Amino acid sequence: MAFAAFGSSAAPVEQAPRRRSWVALVLLLPGLAYLALFFLTPFVSLILTSLQTPVEFGDVGQFQQAFKIENYAIVVEQYWPHFLRAFGYALAATFFALVISYPLAYFIGVKARRWPLIQALMLTLVIAPFFISFLLRTLAWKALMSDETPLVQALKALSIIPNDGHLTGTAFSVIFGLTYNFIPFMTLPLYTTLERLDTRYLEAGSDLYAGPATTFWKVTVPLSMPGIVSGTLLTFIPASGDYINASASFLGSAQTQMVGNVIETNFLGLLNYPAAAALSVILMAVILLVVGIYVRRSGTEDLL
Amino acid sequence: MRTFSLGKWLLPVYSVLALVFLLVPIAYTFVFSFNDSTKSNVQWVGFTFDKWLNVCDAQGLCAAFGTSVLVGLIATVIATALGTLMAIALARYRFRARSAVSLLLFLPMATPEVVLGAGLAAQFLTAGVPKGYVTIIIAHALFCLSFVVVTVKARVASLDPALEEAGRDLYGSPAQVFWKITFPLLLPGIIAAALLSFALSFDDFIITRFNNGPVETFPIWIYTAAARGVPAEANVIASAVFLLALVIVIVAQTTSAARRKRLAKLQ
Repeated sequence: MAFAAFGSSAAPVEQAPRRRSWVALVLLLPGLAYLALFFLTPFVSLILTSLQTPVEFGDVGQFQQAFKIENYAIVVEQYWPHFLRAFGYALAATFFALVISYPLAYFIGVKARRWPLIQALMLTLVIAPFFISFLLRTLAWKALMSDETPLVQALKALSIIPNDGHLTGTAFSVIFGLTYNFIPFMTLPLYTTLERLDTRYLEAGSDLYAGPATTFWKVTVPLSMPGIVSGTLLTFIPASGDYINASASFLGSAQTQMVGNVIETNFLGLLNYPAAAALSVILMAVILLVVGIYVRRSGTEDLL
Repeated sequence: MRTFSLGKWLLPVYSVLALVFLLVPIAYTFVFSFNDSTKSNVQWVGFTFDKWLNVCDAQGLCAAFGTSVLVGLIATVIATALGTLMAIALARYRFRARSAVSLLLFLPMATPEVVLGAGLAAQFLTAGVPKGYVTIIIAHALFCLSFVVVTVKARVASLDPALEEAGRDLYGSPAQVFWKITFPLLLPGIIAAALLSFALSFDDFIITRFNNGPVETFPIWIYTAAARGVPAEANVIASAVFLLALVIVIVAQTTSAARRKRLAKLQ
């Protein structure tokens, strides 16, 4: 799995000498050209598009190049709640995914070491959701949370939700969906670091009269930091840009729209390309900033 | 051994419950593929094999499925070819721009799909490229590329250089050493990368949505159908794909376990 490598912090010893670097260049060139053409250039297009202005007396969707920096102010003013929701929901989902995944990853990676077969089976089950369509599993939760289901009826009988209330279309269901969909992304990197955790450190902790809780916070958590960092990033980044869970046909409603939803609506529905581009640039900038600070502060810079 | 333990049973029981939670939507999708529903597939009506036998009755579904397979295959070939070469270069050679290349490969994974999708769509719009099969494949190969590099790189790094040295000592030409020694040893990693890449492409919705034009992939078909209710035939396809993927993973794990056993015996 890719995530196995994603979780590793220290590269294995392979200090090959600096030999025949033209071979490396030849090997890299096709891939680099592809990335330049279809990854870097689109960013330039995105920035250029975000500064465009409508063609005078033109049709909807007709724009010309300009330097209209106000586009950014306009979208921030119009869509700041969507940004807040996107980062708030993503943060909540990352937190819940971490809390749910950590014990699971700990069990698979540390406790189940003695039984490789059970370990393999459990890992397969963790990635099993990847094998079923992302959209369909989200729709499955929508059906399970719909008003007629016994679960919702029971919650209403217990007055946990009001009689005319719904589970779907709320912040709860969107965060729930995001959490569910990204749990595997959290569990796998956690597993890869915990799997290599030397349990003698834990014994040392208890030998030094640390209680289980102290040992956990002072030994296990710091040692699994690389997994926590990659897991939280692999959850937070896609969750903040996601718009499936928050969309009204899935788990959300008009009140739960995230920034991804408005990028989609502006680009594909309203054909307001500059607004969609400006929103994308802001989203990307915020994420790069957050990721940069986070990775630096947690001291694991060698992610790839 | 006194490690951190929340009681003897708490952790295993919790883990099983967490896994059950992960499997709930899969079970739901599978069960409702047998639902004798007419249009929308929310209420349980009755048990039937009809949807499995007549999957293609849902209009456009099988064509969309075929498109997804085709797109996935081509994008996987492109991403795996480009990515494997890059992985070998990164794991085997030291050069000045190495960390810059690594960063460039990491960035697509750190970019939200909606930004990747909108960026490519903006570029195609500016360049006047009409959206269709080609634009979907370009987009899919792009986001698969980084995952291929990460997967294959791990395999190259774990490769014992002594094996290749032995090949050179036995007067193997560089090409012979590569095709007879390096490539076969890398093959499991390359296959894993290709499978991952196909799975990512097959299930992608967000980037596809920005670049598909009139072409419908399986996820796009579901999204369009979701507004009025997804018919049970979609569950049939998803369940069949799920079972197939499960078989592939189990086969892969048992063969790698068998190989490890064989190697252990040799040593």
